[in-house]
Amino acid sequence: MVKVLIPSGALGLGYDRKALARGISEKPDIIAIDGGSTDSGPHYLGTGTSKYARGSTKAEWRELMEARAEAGVPLIIGTAGTCGADSAVDWLVDITREIVAETGMKVKLAVLKSGQRQDALIDAFGQGKITPLKPAPELSEDVIASCSNIVALAGAEQIQAALETGADIVIAGRTTDTAIISALPLSRGCHAGGAWHGAKIGECGALATTAPNSGTILIEFDAEGFTISPMGAEARATPHTVSAHMLYENSNPDILYEPGGYLDVSAAKYEALDDRRVRVSGSEWVVSDRYTVKLEGARLAGFQTVSLVTVRDPRYVANIRTWCDDIAIKATEKARARVGEGFEIELRLIGLDATLGELDTQAKAGTEVGVLGLVTAPTESLSREVAKVLNPYLLHHPLTEEEEMPTFAFPFSPPEVSRGAVYEFCLNHVLELEDLMEAFTLTIEELGQ
Amino acid sequence: MSRLGDIAVKVRSKNAGPFWLTVDIFCGSQSVFAQVCTSITSARIADVFEAEIAVVDRYEMDSLNVLKFSLPRPAVQGTRQDRDMHGASFAALVAELEV
Repeated sequence: MVKVLIPSGALGLGYDRKALARGISEKPDIIAIDGGSTDSGPHYLGTGTSKYARGSTKAEWRELMEARAEAGVPLIIGTAGTCGADSAVDWLVDITREIVAETGMKVKLAVLKSGQRQDALIDAFGQGKITPLKPAPELSEDVIASCSNIVALAGAEQIQAALETGADIVIAGRTTDTAIISALPLSRGCHAGGAWHGAKIGECGALATTAPNSGTILIEFDAEGFTISPMGAEARATPHTVSAHMLYENSNPDILYEPGGYLDVSAAKYEALDDRRVRVSGSEWVVSDRYTVKLEGARLAGFQTVSLVTVRDPRYVANIRTWCDDIAIKATEKARARVGEGFEIELRLIGLDATLGELDTQAKAGTEVGVLGLVTAPTESLSREVAKVLNPYLLHHPLTEEEEMPTFAFPFSPPEVSRGAVYEFCLNHVLELEDLMEAFTLTIEELGQ
Repeated sequence: MSRLGDIAVKVRSKNAGPFWLTVDIFCGSQSVFAQVCTSITSARIADVFEAEIAVVDRYEMDSLNVLKFSLPRPAVQGTRQDRDMHGASFAALVAELEV
């Protein structure tokens, strides 16, 4: 049997300290926590940075390092620094060094990096080793070369290699959310379907229970399946909360693709052991012919400047779309004539349909509308210049030529704010591996005296 | 006629990775589940999202009384055209369907 303690759904999200302490008292074999996902958008992978505050991350990581030392078991984090790029891994390694220096701990650290070299990927692309998933953007050598970061999602095998070094702490770059949890149960011979299914149920911490904010859960893996036990005093796992978690952020509720195979839970049985623990068995792991790892890549998509104006005049609110369409045309013409080409101006109507756009069937204005001006351009200076051409229109543009010049509400000065570089995801592909470590690097470091 | 959001326990949508959107309709009872499964077809979901019906995956999960749809996102997450980074607001479009 292997016990995996999961403090929360992600480092930086917070957890109930009492629940973590209860989990440590259960004598886990490993503590596993996720450090990120793509869910916050392409900026983090594009820049190789973390979305959580360094101070928050350091505070929680220090507590987990102390809990690990107390339990005397390995601590692993996957997708370190939100995106799992090499620079985000280095960021967490730096934080770890600081904590070691401040606490006088002694730590054997394994670092598993997932960043991909573009020349190696271009070779692999040429050899037909990169294949698209559905739906995939068009891939070319140029697209690969244009990415600021590309990562491969490590699976259980690469995590096992890191754990086999005897490391106290494993800091991993991009991994699948599940692999950091399934790796140890799999290497100790637990049921493969149960290991991956339990890992999927556990990857968001207590989200699969009645008290998601309590964070900490314990999953016990064995030869037939797994048992989930929430560590929060108020949290309960029920067959419904556990089975429903397979739906969460998962396009197919029965199947989960992983490096080396897929999990099929269509025959899984969920049984309440008591009013807070659930036992799951009957999940199946199906080995695939090829060993592939998923790739994620982000590249520069231009520079953006945003402007905001609010409109309260009832006649303008009633005609807001006409007003904005007219502004977009006139500002675009003027900016092309005066500052350059290749930019886009988009005006979104907050209070009407800014959230859903043309898909919205219920859009209707209230007493006021916010107009969010988005200028996207190939350079930062052009995006700022175009936004400055746009601003007089947002301030004073009349609905008709005859009327007195109106003035609308800018909430701040200057009304435009540069968002800097913006990024886009441009890979939804898998890379075939012959050597399971060929796309990853593993290094060991002894920290402390 | 009532709106789906009025008879279902919950209608939620989320990203399933940057390229997919998934919509879960928690019906709460067998009778509502049966009614929703009959009424909410893949064609209606395709219509809501202005997608082709062939790209809409549909899952009837009777053990949970959940009807689930997955489809490519209306715009890839975080692109200039995307308006909702986490994809949770799309659920409103489904909840507003008449059943």
